[in-house]
Amino acid sequence: MNQYPTWKNLLVLVSVLIGIGFALPNFYGEDPALMIAKENGLTFSQAEIEEIDKFLTDDGSLFRTIEEKDGDVLIRFDNVEDQIQASDKVRAFLGRFSTVALTFAPNVPGFIDAMDMKPMSLGLDLRGGVYFQFQVDLNAAVQQRLDQYVTDINKELIDQRIRRTIRKEGNSIRIELVNPDDFNATRRIVRELDNLLAFENVSTQSQTAVLVTMTDDQVKQRRDFAIQQNILTMRNRVNELGVAEPIIQRQGLDRIVVQLPGVQDPTQAERILGATATLEFRLVCENENAFEAQEKGRAPIGCELFNDRVGNPVLLKKKAIVTGNQLIDASQSFSQGRPAVSIRLDSKGSKSMLETTKKNLNKPMAVLFVQQRQETSEQDGSFVNRTILDKEVINIATIRGVFSSQFEITGLTVFESKDLAILLRAGALAAPIFKIEEKTVGPSLGQDNIDKGFAAILYGLIAVIIFMVMWYKGFGLIANIGLMVNLTFIVAILSMLQASLTLPGIAGIVLTVGMAVDANVLIFERIREEINNGNSPQASITAGYKKAFATITDANVTTLIASLVLFTFGTGPIKGFAITLSIGILTSLFTAIVASRALVNLIYGGKTIEKLRI
Amino acid sequence: MVNNIIKFLSIRKSTTIMSIILIVISGFSLMTKGLNLGIDFTGGIQIEISFETAPDIRNVRNNLASGGYEDAIVQNSGSSQDLMVRIPPRNGVSNKKVGEDVIGMFEASGNSVTLKSSEYISAQVGEELTEQGGLAMIFALIMIMIYIVFRFQWKFSIGAVLALIHDVIITLGIFSLFQFTFDLSVLAAILAVVGYSLNDTIVIFDRIRENFRSMRAADTIEILNSAITQTIKRTIITSSTTLLVLLSLYIFGGSSLEGFSIALIVGVLIGTYSSIFVASTSIFYLDISTTDLIPEKREEVDDGMP
Repeated sequence: MNQYPTWKNLLVLVSVLIGIGFALPNFYGEDPALMIAKENGLTFSQAEIEEIDKFLTDDGSLFRTIEEKDGDVLIRFDNVEDQIQASDKVRAFLGRFSTVALTFAPNVPGFIDAMDMKPMSLGLDLRGGVYFQFQVDLNAAVQQRLDQYVTDINKELIDQRIRRTIRKEGNSIRIELVNPDDFNATRRIVRELDNLLAFENVSTQSQTAVLVTMTDDQVKQRRDFAIQQNILTMRNRVNELGVAEPIIQRQGLDRIVVQLPGVQDPTQAERILGATATLEFRLVCENENAFEAQEKGRAPIGCELFNDRVGNPVLLKKKAIVTGNQLIDASQSFSQGRPAVSIRLDSKGSKSMLETTKKNLNKPMAVLFVQQRQETSEQDGSFVNRTILDKEVINIATIRGVFSSQFEITGLTVFESKDLAILLRAGALAAPIFKIEEKTVGPSLGQDNIDKGFAAILYGLIAVIIFMVMWYKGFGLIANIGLMVNLTFIVAILSMLQASLTLPGIAGIVLTVGMAVDANVLIFERIREEINNGNSPQASITAGYKKAFATITDANVTTLIASLVLFTFGTGPIKGFAITLSIGILTSLFTAIVASRALVNLIYGGKTIEKLRI
Repeated sequence: MVNNIIKFLSIRKSTTIMSIILIVISGFSLMTKGLNLGIDFTGGIQIEISFETAPDIRNVRNNLASGGYEDAIVQNSGSSQDLMVRIPPRNGVSNKKVGEDVIGMFEASGNSVTLKSSEYISAQVGEELTEQGGLAMIFALIMIMIYIVFRFQWKFSIGAVLALIHDVIITLGIFSLFQFTFDLSVLAAILAVVGYSLNDTIVIFDRIRENFRSMRAADTIEILNSAITQTIKRTIITSSTTLLVLLSLYIFGGSSLEGFSIALIVGVLIGTYSSIFVASTSIFYLDISTTDLIPEKREEVDDGMP
């Protein structure tokens, strides 16, 4: 009686061993470290590593080891202060062709590293770093698409000499035709451009007009695209910044959360993440007087009024030769001692630039610096975000020769050209973003939180262990072993999932320690009852486990429901708590019902017991 | 089968009155004083700073007030050198600006400071979180009700949910009465209380159901009392171990988990009380009887165990 078949004992043993295996990396701790990677996935040579080693040693920077890791360089430090000091120096030493990222390197022995097992990943509140939440202006993304449709449709209408007025009206484009006979031609143009657009005849007796509208599906697609494109762009930009293990993810319908562990300066990170700087190239309206236009407050037909950097008015052609989204690469350079940006265009942009420069030799061309600015204001109790487009002429140069895909521009400061180069390389944001939340946690506070959380778990655990032994004697020990196995499982699963552990997550573990013994208590109390009813010890053990089972399931399923709701609705801290709580409930079911039973069976099974001490 | 049944339900009138009084006080406090909401919910800024020498909090408050921040909340966080400052959002001024302003004021005071953490949250996010938190609570209660109807019976379901609402209102009431900061982690704690208290209630309900089936001759009061008596030891042990770890969390977990531990300690105490008195009393008043629990067809056989 009360004996498990061998396979069941083995199952328990194997799962405990696997649990210990995955939990193992957590016992070695982590070192603050710098991870240096070359751009384009190139690897560092031994000579280069020695060079960095020599630089740091000569400089007097304190570091523990420097080693090669998968082609990158890993430098370990004794503490975070040394790490941060050294990172600035290494960054300056290596220049822009490598990224230097602050990270934590697990201090595990080679065999664990070789199996690719990792310790739990720590959340920002435990390791320090910056957290942002951005709101994406999806309406702006849709409006931009509409603008593009207006431009395209209008171009075709001009080409086919259809006289009309065209303008946006909310989420639609309204086209009023001078000649009603052009109706079919207009419909054909819209259909050819995009067959999915809704085309609606809104003519009155005196006026022939049509309304072109994006369908709900198109609007949704456009929004999804904007979010995904933004995430991609932000990820590229974060990589340019050099951050190890950044988290960039969509949250809800129109939010993006960015977590940058190790970063201590939110201002720089935010500037790069949210920036929208790009360039536009246009021809100058030569035969017009810009000052006159400024006075009148209205530009001549086909021209648009801008200011240059010192505030002088400049008239440029309305149509751009090349717009920002045709720029595919940029790098900072110097031209005759002045900061410059080398630009590369995509094929469409190159073609347009080639044709324009061919036709307009010795005529002036302007470079426009385009930036979006966000403003949040309160109106009638609700918050309104607005995007303001700033366009400024940074340079007007005479076209001296024919060029197409690659050229250089000047007129920016060193900082602007550096940021611009990063931004152009990382790609543009498809829709403007607004920061709605920012959190910064200093590295010392993070360590503080780890220490405190660990202490809370340790002392809580000791208290429960003593309590259980005092109450249940030998069976208390079994429950305690179950509790330790349970903790090991939680740590192992968190390490496996690589879900980040936060301070509320630690609180979830602490709570689990207290509640996990509940299942064992239910079983033990039942066993006592059965014995008091005059049953034999062996029969009492069987009945105790059997009768308590339904109760344990019902009680845990309901708690699990509560924690799953927490997980679904919760964000940030709540989610971290819900994850560890849910994992804890599941593992405690296993340890209390299966693992503790295996132990009880091993100790008492198949023997004649006179009296059970419980 | 059970020898010394404790007559828990004989004091049901007193416990019901006590619960009602506690709920009325909590409701009154919530309506008049409200909750001391953290910036998770209100938006605004929260910074944690470490001073070289322990500052006088009243001075800090006065300083902030003279700088135009009369509504700043200043608390010690952890040690006497560490302060937490919370300021609600300003109309037309960015959170960031307010933060820099405040840090500048501290630096000007001559006491050298280090910024430990800063948080800027727009009011927009706060509004949504409040809404989401309420939704989560309602959704959890509905899901739990459905599960209990499915596993037990509707009278049990109502009893359990009444006990949960009782726990939530009183825990919120205590946070309102003592003006403890109510932030996201406290909300998580209250949902955990829901889970814990329910756990307790289900264990007792399970025994009540079992006793209705095995003690056919007994009357309802006797059955309820015996079920509570049979499970009371377990209730006490589990509550004790949970309270032990929560005390450990309160003492060692640091300031950011203080509210969380308080909410759970209060919640576990009230949840234990409510599963014994509120839940059982409710199903008694709902006139629970054997007929509600006649097992569908299949009869339990494990009563005849050797």
